[in-house]
Amino acid sequence: MSESEKRNELNRRQFLGNMLKTACGVGLVGLGLGAYSKRASSMPANYIRPPGALPEEDFLGACIRCGLCVRDCPYDILFLGEVGDEVATGTPYFIARTGPCEMCEDIPCVVACPTNALDHELKDIEESRMGLAVVIDQESCIAFHGLRCEVCFNVCPIRGRAISLDMQHNTRSGKHALFIPVVHSDACTGCGLCERACILEEAAIKIFPMHLAKGELGKHYRLGWKEKDKAGESLVTPDTEHRYNLPEGVRYDLQGEGLIIEGEAEETPFSSNPLDTLNSGFMDK
Amino acid sequence: MVDMTTLGDDAIAAKGWYKSHRFLILRRLSQLGILALFLTGPWFGLWIVKGNLASSLTLDVLPLTDPYVLLQAMLSGVVPETAAIIGVVIVLLFYILVGGRVYCSWVCPVNMVTDLAAWLRRKLGIRTASQISRTTRYWMLTLTLILPLVVTGGIVWELVNPVSMMFRGIVFSMGAAWIMIAGIFLFDLLVAKDGWCGHICPVGAFYNLVGIKSLLKVNALQRQACNDCMECYVVCPEPQVIKPALKGEKKGLSPVILSSDCTNCGRCIDICAKDVFSYGGRHAIKIDEYKREGEINRGVRV
Repeated sequence: MSESEKRNELNRRQFLGNMLKTACGVGLVGLGLGAYSKRASSMPANYIRPPGALPEEDFLGACIRCGLCVRDCPYDILFLGEVGDEVATGTPYFIARTGPCEMCEDIPCVVACPTNALDHELKDIEESRMGLAVVIDQESCIAFHGLRCEVCFNVCPIRGRAISLDMQHNTRSGKHALFIPVVHSDACTGCGLCERACILEEAAIKIFPMHLAKGELGKHYRLGWKEKDKAGESLVTPDTEHRYNLPEGVRYDLQGEGLIIEGEAEETPFSSNPLDTLNSGFMDK
Repeated sequence: MVDMTTLGDDAIAAKGWYKSHRFLILRRLSQLGILALFLTGPWFGLWIVKGNLASSLTLDVLPLTDPYVLLQAMLSGVVPETAAIIGVVIVLLFYILVGGRVYCSWVCPVNMVTDLAAWLRRKLGIRTASQISRTTRYWMLTLTLILPLVVTGGIVWELVNPVSMMFRGIVFSMGAAWIMIAGIFLFDLLVAKDGWCGHICPVGAFYNLVGIKSLLKVNALQRQACNDCMECYVVCPEPQVIKPALKGEKKGLSPVILSSDCTNCGRCIDICAKDVFSYGGRHAIKIDEYKREGEINRGVRV
């Protein structure tokens, strides 16, 4: 091997070695970034994306962190994630308790988005699903204590459809009603006006991201009564009517009473209120 | 070896202070002016430009979008809005014409930080040699373009990109981003000369590629006047680009600095007491003069 060939060989080795070093270094950076990206986009449950935001994974790819939505929000509720936050750096969010979405009809934040991270298909703010309100603390919510509040119901921009009041019997007083706020996921946009308005120190009704707030029925589940409505008739074979060969004046009733001899005084160890039976174990103690 | 204590003195003596700092001043005005355009809104309620360097809207009509960040978004499967596409086309056309790395030296806010680090290095005489290759930035660029394809976190680079972080920090809120910026400053000051901008930053690498055939170039048309003071090499953030143009006459190399690594910052123009350098077109060599020089110097036609 001549001198110059040797030098070339050395140079080639050096070149390949350096390249390998660089590639390894950058590869490590990549691994670190990948791992950090998981942590940095964990999203605390009370951080809510603006209206029209794509599902989180798609959103993180689509949002270019320009902040135009923040600028065009007339109520200045949107923030951009900062380094060290648990929300992806530079992506927009709001916190319902301190600054809920006021549900502008023209949805300026969506219009401002240059990449469709906030979906431009969203034209009607009532169709947005930023999250879902959940009456999460029924022990603190004063409606469950029988007190008249209904503030969340009254501030709801889609009052009556997203939150309705369910009148229930007040078992404590025995003679009053409870007006229980009930959220309906088919109408609630997750704007958070209810959470801000909740009169408690810590809101009893809170907005959660959809994936935290919603359960999901097994795909194989069919609700018999709905299927019946759809089909127009029962889908199972009707029970055959039971016939008993009983003497005259005697009949049989499965639900509780068994053989009944007409005219005989009814006597039973059970109260007519089924709750008494159900609670009896606790009552004794 | 260039004496750091007298760096630039010759140029000041020959041309005066202003002419030997002209492009430095203009660059700072450009960098700060761009920030100011974004800040009049949040500070004074006077909305000239909304958004940040990733995407902005000027006077509610002119959309501008960073092609690098949009490319990452598209790689993660996004179809952008028309405004973003228009914005990208405008930005790309601009940098294709004036040179991609004009972004680095005339727009990017991190440049002020790394320039300060480089200046302090010279003042303090810090001479740590970098072991990092200048090609690292292309590896980084590749990495940042692959990550959106393989990681569900979307535009992963934007989680840590100090360039957008600093600009967004100033225009919106800084948070802990200053730690990243301080890190870059210390890295450039103590570890590697021009470490961030010249070796690692994938944003610069991207714009480098955008401007690979740009029209606006620095040239050393007056290279025969060079007195080998070497000061241009000292102040240049990409000194490897100077030599072919300045010293390549005998090899018949063009006096135009053709490398797209050049950031068109114009510091070499300022610092040269002999006015060797100037801005010009890529093909705007005074061809006749160039040929004549060649004939005079070497007795051959170029």
